Amino acid sequence: MSASLDAAPPETLSALPAVEPEEAPARPPWLKRARDPLLALIFPALVLLFWHFATTGRPYSLIPPPLDVARALYDLAFGGINDDAYSRTLLVHLSASLSRVYGGFAIAAAVALPLGLMIGRIPLVRRLFDPTLQVLRPIPVTAWLPLSMIIFGLGPRSAFFLVCLGAFYPILINTIFGVRSVDPRLFEAASMLGCQGTAQFYKVVLPASLPAIFTGLRLGLGFAWVVIVVGEMTGVPTGLGAIIMEARQLSRTEIVICGMAVIGIAGFISDRVVLLIGHRLLRWSPNFA
Amino acid sequence: MLKAADPILVLRGVSKQFALQGRRIDALRDAHLRVRKGEFVCLLGASGCGKSTLLRIVAGFETPTRGQALMWSTPIAGPGPERGMVFQDYALFPWLTVRGNIGFGPLARGRPAGEVKDTVERFIALVGLQRFADAYPHQLSGGMKQRVAIARVLANDAELLLMDEPFGALDAMTRERLQDELLDIWQRTGLTVLFVTHSIEEAVFLADRIVVMSPGPGRIESEVTVPLPRPRSVVAPEFNELRRELSQQLHSHHARKAA
Repeated sequence: MSASLDAAPPETLSALPAVEPEEAPARPPWLKRARDPLLALIFPALVLLFWHFATTGRPYSLIPPPLDVARALYDLAFGGINDDAYSRTLLVHLSASLSRVYGGFAIAAAVALPLGLMIGRIPLVRRLFDPTLQVLRPIPVTAWLPLSMIIFGLGPRSAFFLVCLGAFYPILINTIFGVRSVDPRLFEAASMLGCQGTAQFYKVVLPASLPAIFTGLRLGLGFAWVVIVVGEMTGVPTGLGAIIMEARQLSRTEIVICGMAVIGIAGFISDRVVLLIGHRLLRWSPNFA
Repeated sequence: MLKAADPILVLRGVSKQFALQGRRIDALRDAHLRVRKGEFVCLLGASGCGKSTLLRIVAGFETPTRGQALMWSTPIAGPGPERGMVFQDYALFPWLTVRGNIGFGPLARGRPAGEVKDTVERFIALVGLQRFADAYPHQLSGGMKQRVAIARVLANDAELLLMDEPFGALDAMTRERLQDELLDIWQRTGLTVLFVTHSIEEAVFLADRIVVMSPGPGRIESEVTVPLPRPRSVVAPEFNELRRELSQQLHSHHARKAA
């Protein structure tokens, strides 16, 4: 039983990342890498097929066939097919929606983060605000639409407010949760190491609750995309939500579906980017690494 | 003035009561203890005997209901870097690397960055974690985490090392190795160690002196000096004799309580 303090003890080997067992050598590596994306595409492909056979060649179908939608999407983006009011307008609508999603999200984060940190840490602030917020929280964004149009008027300011509202609660709730669920041992550890008082907020509370805060931001951004259509029902002329509502009234269902698809893809990409940032920043957390 | 013979730690009639669902629990009653500098003292007892409460009072996490806890004759008021705690569940900062965890204390106390860097490297080497200096806690094994926890308080100039069943969550082999390493560090640094355990063997293997505690109410029953020379062998007859004796003591306390 002699101690060796200079060499890393043998037990440390167990903590080295385990080498994954080799798969059967018959499969080429590209197939392994492509497996997940391929699996993910099976279901949408089946839906497209079903959609195609259920609608193509039926002139009275209310739902346009997928090829018509694809054509409309191309025209929406680049023009040259229909050359109507929608041709080559995708970028305008997309950038209008992007600015509302990220603008509303940024405002929501700017309010929800400090408020959540304070509600989580300061009992007085919690008693002051938490009950009210819990009552306001179940009210859906749609229900705020009329009131918001009265208060903020028709147009982009209402859209910002509604998107902001959609992103607000996920950020707030997760921030409060993150701050409140910091392991109390870490406060003891910090204070016995000489980090006390307000320094603990920056050195313990903030980093410890970062994974939960990040989850809140991710959900908030997701909700901002979810409520963009409602937000753009406020009479704004541009935006993906706006063209969906307008095309609906004109019975241009293929444009409606184009709008839906673009929102879905844009929301997906924006979530992936956020997740990528999370992996970078939260490498220390077993939930993100 | 401080004299060499002055005890580093003195407990005078320390009691701690908790309120639990409206009832008062005597976690610790009338504890007296003196610890000399450089001593290795084990607090030994079954769960509920107040050994962790005593340790937490010394750490400054709890204030005694009655009595006084003094370090270098000064009453203990809150946690401080001179009393470094090593928790059973490590309590490392998961967002900091091994380096970051060990440097946390010195940086929090405003030491210059260059000095902290040297200190960190020295203590990483002391616990043999050079290859894992940039790993995060979730990438480490239990034994390695506990090495970081020990290095973290030593790097912060702790004089008194408080250990709350630090090896309780480790497997037997790792536990033995860490016991050896702890003794080695203790002998090389002249630290004072207050070590809580419920394992008789661990106490006999490590301690200069064993403080035997018993539950209901938690209290100090007796103190046993361990006369065995180091390194100790767990299979030596004297080792087993002392172990048997302590086992009988612990059981007689229980029997008396049951009677």
